[in-house]
Amino acid sequence: MRQTEDFILGSIKDLPPSGIRKYFDLINEMEDVISLGVGEPDFVTPWNICEAGISSLEKGQTSYSSNAGFIELRKAIANYLNRRFSMIYDPYEEILVTVGGSEAIDIALRMLVGQGDEVVIPEPCFVAYNGCTLMTGATPVPICLKEENSFKLTVEELEGAITAKTKVLILGFPNNPTGAIMTHEELEPIAKFLKDKDIVVISDEIYAELTYSGEHSSISEFEWMREKTIVVSGFSKAFAMTGWRIGYVCANSIFTDAMKKIHQYALMCSPTIAQKAAIEAMNNGQNEVERMVREYNRRRRLMVDGFRKAGLTCFEPLGAFYVFANVSGTGLSSEEFCDRLLLEHKVLMVPGEAFGGSGHGFARATYATSYENIIEANKRIKEFTDSLNK
Amino acid sequence: MNEILEILEKNSKLTTEQVAVMAAMSEEDVKTAIAKFEADGVILGYNTTVNWEMTDKEVVTALIEVKVTPQRGDGFDKVAERIFRFQEVRDCYLMSGGFDLTVVIEGKTMKEVAQFVSEKLSPLESVLSTATHFVLKKYKDKGIVFEKRTQEPREGIFL
Repeated sequence: MRQTEDFILGSIKDLPPSGIRKYFDLINEMEDVISLGVGEPDFVTPWNICEAGISSLEKGQTSYSSNAGFIELRKAIANYLNRRFSMIYDPYEEILVTVGGSEAIDIALRMLVGQGDEVVIPEPCFVAYNGCTLMTGATPVPICLKEENSFKLTVEELEGAITAKTKVLILGFPNNPTGAIMTHEELEPIAKFLKDKDIVVISDEIYAELTYSGEHSSISEFEWMREKTIVVSGFSKAFAMTGWRIGYVCANSIFTDAMKKIHQYALMCSPTIAQKAAIEAMNNGQNEVERMVREYNRRRRLMVDGFRKAGLTCFEPLGAFYVFANVSGTGLSSEEFCDRLLLEHKVLMVPGEAFGGSGHGFARATYATSYENIIEANKRIKEFTDSLNK
Repeated sequence: MNEILEILEKNSKLTTEQVAVMAAMSEEDVKTAIAKFEADGVILGYNTTVNWEMTDKEVVTALIEVKVTPQRGDGFDKVAERIFRFQEVRDCYLMSGGFDLTVVIEGKTMKEVAQFVSEKLSPLESVLSTATHFVLKKYKDKGIVFEKRTQEPREGIFL
C-alpha cells in the first residue's frame, strides 16, 4: 500500500514551504509584538464600499454572476483604468474579474507555460510568481535585481536571462517587497528589447495606486507591448479589501477568453458580494484611496527616517507599502537579524530571502501600520542596532 | 502647509522632528509654520479625546436647540456670545433650519444641566425657547470611534 504522502505529486511536494511561517507561530505566543510582517493595509475597507456589499446581501443578490464577472463591474473597471492610467480595455472582451490578483497570476501562467518552458522572474518579488510557475511544470529563471539599481530591472539583466525557452517575463512594479517602481522612461528600453521577442509579459500592477513619486506606468503603455502584456490588478491594496478576494486581469480578447476557460472550471466566478462592493470602489472610492495614499506616504517617510537613524541603509522606496532595509552592515544574516529582533526586541520583520535569493542581507518591513507603532518600532530597532555596535 | 495641520489634527503628540520627516520639510520650517499657525489662530489648541465612561468621573452631555431673537445690527453674534461665554458650554453653533443655535453642555449630572438651562439659558432676554436632548451614548467623537474593535488572532499567512 502507498503511504498517504506518496499520493502527492512530486512537484507539489517540492514546492518551497512558507519561509516566514515560523515567525507567525512565534508571535502568536508572544505579547506586545509590533508586527511589520504582513503585507496588508491596516485600514478597514472604506465604509461606502462595505455598505454596497451589505446592501447587495439585503437585496438577496447571492447567486453566481457571469463567469467573467458582472458587466457593470467590468465597465466600471474599464472606466477607472482609462481615467486613472489612460489604459483602454474593452469591458466585454478584454477584462476578467478574478478572485484576487493571485488567481489572475495563476491562470495567466497556466494558460501560457508548461513543462520545458522558462519564466523569467526578477527577484526579490511576491512569492506566488515562483510557486505558480512551478505548479505548471515550467522552470522559473530568477534575475537577481540589485540595490545599486534601486531594484529596477535593466535590459542587460533581462538579456542575460533570456533563452530560446523563455515564454514569459513577470514584472511586479511597484514592487513587493522592495517598494521599487519603474517609470515610463525606465520601462522603455525593456519594452524596446521585447519588441521582436516572442515573450509575453505578466505585469502585476496591484500596487499601482500606491506610487509616491509621479504617476504609475505600465509596460502596456507601449503600443507594441499592449497585445503581449497581461495586466494583473485588484482591489486588495488600493481599496484595503484584502479579505474580499477580488481582482481582475486585462489582456487582448484571445488571452482573456483562454484565461476565462480556466477561471470558469476552477472558480466559476468571483464572489458576488465582493463584486458589488468593488463596483462602489471603482465608482466612488477615489477620495478614500487618495486619503490612504497620503497617510502611507507620511508613514513611509517616518519609517525610512527611523531605519536610517538606526544605521540600516535603505534605498528610498517609492511604491507599495514596504521598506526593504539592508541589514548586512549589522554583521548578521537577515534571518539572524529578524530572529533576534523578534525575540529580543519584539518587532517582526521578514528576512529578504523569503522573496528570492537576491533578498539575502535585507529585511522587509511594512509601514501599513499606525504612527505609534512605527515610532515604537523605530525605537526598538535602534536599541537593537545600538546593542550590536557595542 | 495643510500637510502639517492634517498630521497634527490626527495626533498632536508628534514632535516637530517627526512632523518634519512625515511632511518632507525641514524641522526649522515646521517650527516656524506651527508658531505662525498658533499666532494666527489657525491652530486653536491641542486637545485629548477622553472616553469619560471608562473612568469613575460622572459626565453628562446635552445638546440644546435654542431659538433666539436676533438683535438689530449684531444679528445672532451678540446673542451667541452671551451664551457661549458660560463655562458649561462646550460647543456653540449657528444653525440653518428650524432653530437658531446648537449649544452643547457638559455637566456632572442631569440636574446640573437642567439647572443651567432653567436658571441661566432660558432667562436670557433673547432666548425664545429651548429643547434639551441628553446624550445617552457616544459612538464617535471628532472622528474617533469609542468602542475599540477587537482583532481576532489569526494563523499564519504568507504573502
